[in-house]
Amino acid sequence: MAPFWAVLASMVLCAALISWAGASVFQAYGLLVKGAFGSSFAINETLTRSIPLILTGLAVSVAFRAKFYNIGAEGQLYVGALAATYFGTGLITLPSGLMIPFLILMGALAGGALLIVPVLLKTHFKVDEVVTTLLLNFVVLLVVSYLIEGPWKDPMSLGWPQAASIIDEGVLPTLLAKGRLHFGLIVALIFAVVIWLMMKYSVFGYEIRAVGLNAKAAEFAGIKVNRTVILTALISGGLAGVAGVSETAGLKGYLTLDLSPGFGYTGIAVAMLAQLNPLAVIPSAIFLSAVYVGSDAMSRAVNIPTYIADVLVGVSVLAVLCSVMFSQYKVRWLK
Amino acid sequence: MTDLQPVLEFRNVTKRFGSLTANDAISLSLHAGEILALLGENGAGKTTLMNILFGHYRADEGAALVDGQELPPGSTQAAIQAGIGMVHQHFTLADNLTVLENITLGTESLYAWRQDQKKARAKLVAMSEDYGLLVDPDVLVSSLSVGERQRVEILKALYRDARILILDEPTAVLTPQESDNLFATLKAITKKGLAIIFISHKLHEILAISSRIAVLRRGAIVGSLETAVARREQLAELMVGVAVARPKLTAIAKGEPVLEISGLSTDGAGASTLKDVNLTIRAHEIVGIAGVAGNGQSTLADLLSGLTQRYAGSVRLNNSALPTGDPRAVVAAGVGRIPEDRHARGMVGEMEIWENLISEDLRSPDISNSGIIINSSKSKSRAVRQIEEFDVRCSGPEAETKLLSGGNMQKLILARALSRKPTLILANQPVRGLDEGAIAYVQNQLLQARQRGAAILLISEDLDELMSLTDRIAVMFHGQLSDAIPTGDRTIAEIGLMMAGQGSVTPGEERSLDH
Repeated sequence: MAPFWAVLASMVLCAALISWAGASVFQAYGLLVKGAFGSSFAINETLTRSIPLILTGLAVSVAFRAKFYNIGAEGQLYVGALAATYFGTGLITLPSGLMIPFLILMGALAGGALLIVPVLLKTHFKVDEVVTTLLLNFVVLLVVSYLIEGPWKDPMSLGWPQAASIIDEGVLPTLLAKGRLHFGLIVALIFAVVIWLMMKYSVFGYEIRAVGLNAKAAEFAGIKVNRTVILTALISGGLAGVAGVSETAGLKGYLTLDLSPGFGYTGIAVAMLAQLNPLAVIPSAIFLSAVYVGSDAMSRAVNIPTYIADVLVGVSVLAVLCSVMFSQYKVRWLK
Repeated sequence: MTDLQPVLEFRNVTKRFGSLTANDAISLSLHAGEILALLGENGAGKTTLMNILFGHYRADEGAALVDGQELPPGSTQAAIQAGIGMVHQHFTLADNLTVLENITLGTESLYAWRQDQKKARAKLVAMSEDYGLLVDPDVLVSSLSVGERQRVEILKALYRDARILILDEPTAVLTPQESDNLFATLKAITKKGLAIIFISHKLHEILAISSRIAVLRRGAIVGSLETAVARREQLAELMVGVAVARPKLTAIAKGEPVLEISGLSTDGAGASTLKDVNLTIRAHEIVGIAGVAGNGQSTLADLLSGLTQRYAGSVRLNNSALPTGDPRAVVAAGVGRIPEDRHARGMVGEMEIWENLISEDLRSPDISNSGIIINSSKSKSRAVRQIEEFDVRCSGPEAETKLLSGGNMQKLILARALSRKPTLILANQPVRGLDEGAIAYVQNQLLQARQRGAAILLISEDLDELMSLTDRIAVMFHGQLSDAIPTGDRTIAEIGLMMAGQGSVTPGEERSLDH
């Protein structure tokens, strides 16, 4: 129940900001809901936006379970997009039924590979992964920037910094006749179920949980702690990499520098709101996506900046963290 | 003020935590020059009472009075100003500061230009001579022995003009000789008119040192008597409620060697590095290792548990090399392991009971299909059998492990370690922190395992336990292990000297202190 109360609390808090900005609270929230779910176009858009959030949310929730604090899903997403671009723009041509899984696999490998150095630094030299994974995001963005402004720049792009388009065989098909919703949603849902099954029923999922909850007891019981953390990191990076493939080959069709407006970071919020449960990541991602999509529509109709979406998301996450604390401790008033 | 006025008095102190009454209408008084022993098992309410005195908790009812004046509840500052000093079980000293710096720490104003070291030093030197607590004020605390550190803790309290000194389990980390020194010091201190509260659950200590004894059980005072007329059995019964007989060893013929360690050394420097350790344990035999914590017992336990990999020498189990660096292989080879710290290493508190019971054999066909998918129905039904066999009190296999009491958690660890009928049992401090009932249970389990032919290595800091439960005892000091001698052949005093690194003395001078 904690996430629902947290969301409610953050909506109440944001209501104050909205009325401060001079709009009617009910009208604003009404517009937000309408913008996110009010039409088939809106629903389509909300679901489309939720695809990368489901995948980065899964990436974060798996890693956090093992107490590997991967803050670098943004970078891993872009590395996945780089892999999709490298293999998907003509280097290899396969029939569509093979090309798409191949690109997804390459994106996952690339995303996982980006975490190899941070995770080995952590397991072997106790280097804080929060710092290394976070800073790698900026490194990756600079590499992407270099590539699409330089060697990978599409000569047909009329000067825009973007890479060549993914070949037709590699493009994820759209799911509906109208709108942008694409096959990435199915991929994300499958991953969510697989990760949930893995965490709940498999030996490896048990080992991830044991290592995260009490690494010393896990080690004593014979679980190889370092191996578990390394594998978890690879899975986490892989999931974020898939998000990059899905955005490149599904939504845009080509790599640009604004491929992700911070999906990697929002993935942390998705995972926290889902309390690291892989199935709960799905509604959590859809909700946060709705907030972003809806607030765009809201800001067009009333005079409230879209930043209200960031505030709403941020406050929700804080409220969840607080409610987790309150469920473990009892508040007592001292005289 | 007359002599009859107590320096410290508790009046009807009651403290409840939810439905649990930790302190139930406790009334106690302490007079100048006396040592009051507070005796009770873990969880009897000793620490809660002291926390109330120190202002960490507020009593629900009643109050603490110093010299007839009520202490303001919830104020640690007021307690210190009233002259109460506490020596904690775990020392609160800064290793990288000198003795003098540690003692003056916090007594000087933060806004003073400079410390007045001269005056502080003079006061400290005078004090340490007065009380016979000799310690060099200018050495670093890191270079002091445990006994000396405790002396610094006491001086720290005295320096703050404490008139009431509270010692919480002060002998837990001391050798028997160091304990004797402490007792002499405490007696000297009371001659100067200070009053002492001595908290312990060790009967012989309390009989040796105190002038009066108050026994706590389940939060209430169940007995208050003069030490001169108190008997050991009577105190034990008061403390536990019913007389619990601790199990004793019965003679049994020894079998083949199970564990053979020869020339075992580990890398590194320091007291916990093993140096040329030799030890053989046979079937039907319990060998005890005595020693002050940090002398290599953990290193040996880690190695036998499969945690450490690198060593020189030979460790053989049932005539083949013991696998190292792989706890699962060690368990599969027939070692049952009871870790030293059941919360930190034994169990994952947030997991369910059945999950903790499968942690050592996750990939075995009993538990998982080809080591990939956990068979939870099989695992749970095995957990149900284990819970029943080892009498774990819980709501079922799906209960959260951290909700168990210490005794039940230890039973769970026994269930995991002993169900497989291991040939070697490594029991590291298996009864630490348990109540009498659970202690008897754990010790009986070890004896039953010995009966069926297991070899048992028992590492313990409790000499009474070692004397009553082992066939042979060896002493560990600075990584070296003495020969394991039949238990009756050495007295507690001799073992104590060896624990302090003073070699063996000729047997027979002095018989055991307690038996």
